[in-house]
Amino acid sequence: MDKFTKLTSSAIPLSIENVDTDQIIPARFLKATSREGFGENLFRDWRFHKDGSINQDFVLNDTKYKGKILVAGDNFGCGSSREHAAWAINDYGFKVVVSSFFADIFKGNALNNGVLPIQVTPKYLQELFNEIQKDTNTQFEVDLENQKITILATGSSSSFEINSYKKTCLMNGYDDIDFLISNKAEIEEFENKRI
Amino acid sequence: MKKTLFDKVWDAHVVKEIQDGPQILYIDKHLIHEVTSPQAFGELEQRGIPVFRPDQIVATADHNTPTEDQHLPVKDALSRNQLEQLTKNCEKNDITLYGLGHKYNGIVHVMAPELGITQPGMTMVCGDSHTSTHGAFGTIAFGIGTSQVAQVFASQCLLLQKPKSLRVNVNGQLKPGVLPKDVILYVIAKLGTNAGTGYFCEYAGNVFEDMSMEGRMTVCNMSIEMGARGGMIAPDETTFEYIKGKKFAPTGAEFDKKVAYWKTLPTDKDAVFDKEYHFDAADIEPMITYGTNPGMGIKISENIPVDNNASFEKSLAYMNFEKGQSLVNQEINYVFIGSCTNSRIEDFRIAANYIKGKKKANNVTAWFVPGSQLVAQQIVEEGLKDVFEEAGFRLRQPGCSACLAMNDDKIPEGEYCVSTSNRNFEGRQGQGARTILASPLVAAATAIEGKIIDITKQLN
Repeated sequence: MDKFTKLTSSAIPLSIENVDTDQIIPARFLKATSREGFGENLFRDWRFHKDGSINQDFVLNDTKYKGKILVAGDNFGCGSSREHAAWAINDYGFKVVVSSFFADIFKGNALNNGVLPIQVTPKYLQELFNEIQKDTNTQFEVDLENQKITILATGSSSSFEINSYKKTCLMNGYDDIDFLISNKAEIEEFENKRI
Repeated sequence: MKKTLFDKVWDAHVVKEIQDGPQILYIDKHLIHEVTSPQAFGELEQRGIPVFRPDQIVATADHNTPTEDQHLPVKDALSRNQLEQLTKNCEKNDITLYGLGHKYNGIVHVMAPELGITQPGMTMVCGDSHTSTHGAFGTIAFGIGTSQVAQVFASQCLLLQKPKSLRVNVNGQLKPGVLPKDVILYVIAKLGTNAGTGYFCEYAGNVFEDMSMEGRMTVCNMSIEMGARGGMIAPDETTFEYIKGKKFAPTGAEFDKKVAYWKTLPTDKDAVFDKEYHFDAADIEPMITYGTNPGMGIKISENIPVDNNASFEKSLAYMNFEKGQSLVNQEINYVFIGSCTNSRIEDFRIAANYIKGKKKANNVTAWFVPGSQLVAQQIVEEGLKDVFEEAGFRLRQPGCSACLAMNDDKIPEGEYCVSTSNRNFEGRQGQGARTILASPLVAAATAIEGKIIDITKQLN
């Protein structure tokens, strides 16, 4: 897993609520057996018309917007547990998703793939949308160590919560498997005690 | 301290608590399928890590499988490859697989309970968000991502923070024709799609106590649609009776010992929940959804609400519905009875009971997809297949089918489908398809009438 410490980038605004993982990556693209290449089909049915032509009205196809941060509406990532959604977001090039609320499973999947989900207040989320509206190239700084996101042009910042264990994992690029295996003796002891 | 059902099961599975961090939670049963497991097997192989407890894993093929001609090779090359990969991975790692054509094959959340794999007091996971279904047995069961599938392969454990507790109480008398699906659609419509996020939900009250195991599974199945990672119902005599005699259920003295333990699991009187809701059963009516998330539901006799929020308007535009509109008399060309929510024997009994002596509407294409081989067999044995065939319906073979349209069972663009599945997201049943979630009774009535009818008028 890639390490994550600090990121300065412009952002892409997706001001839709309840974006479910079926929209992030439709089920018909879940037939692959590797983790690579899902970015190509990220938001597939919003990015492309059914005939394969580009939907110019969708924000990811608007060349005004670019960046490694996705700013999204409330309850992002609800629905299916498919980790392919987190893979697609990562593969497309996003390293941070900001929303006023995340669905549980998506949040966990993102963290397990080096993508940082940042939950902010609805008011601050609106402020982010407004700033992007004013200047599509406006820069945001995400500082994981200090758990802070800042709009550089205005200096307005917001702190965010992250579990300290997950923070350490992200900052060092660790994943849970190694940690769990290092506890195998205790797991076996637990199993023996139950029998 | 007074404990909830959830606390009791959770606390019994904590291997270790990490200071200022998550807990290591032991997993009793791990269910896998072809779509969310290959990358996890790949990860382990790449890192040279063996599967730790293969005998606690059960695999099935369901998401990607055709519902016709299952005896023939799967036509779609990508699907075939994924299924072959599952077979290879299971063989290599000594994992039991109920693959396509096996007598126990079926949708993962239909197959495991009917074989007695699911038992009260267990922790169960699967790379599928509807794993919450198994909570109907008083089991902690929840969906996980593929990285977590790999973690359970490697250690039979997960690193988790204990969720908060929520209880939904429904008491009173349900009206005729109000099914478990209506109860859960009603609760989600009242609470919204994220009321349960960060929580594990217990369903309590006489409405759930009076339900069959099939009904309880329908309710717990949709917990994730209000954001809750899982839902649970206290095990009772209905639960024990259901498990008794199932293929992998304990027997004899071992069964009695288990039952004695299972009886200690229900929530202590006076245990406190972080959040609690109460609903009156008498207020619930047959439900349908009109939008693009399961929280957008109304009583069949009600009109679509009026709201000016941009996401609401986007949703209605996709469905091609107007604010304030009634859905009664809306012409429907597709009906799907199936999915891990409503594909058990009871669901087909309800459909058959309504359909008996009637004829399918000419405009309707209906897919009746049993949840498993065992359900399919029971449909034949109980004579329901004949009822369906006489009315002009044909049964398909088991699988997830049109719930997520990974196989060929796709609803065409722009068409409405009244569906007993769990999600009405944009494109869920096929690109541009418009899903209306409902109970098996409402779905059966729609298939007969070719349009949505106010079923309450027939029942009262």
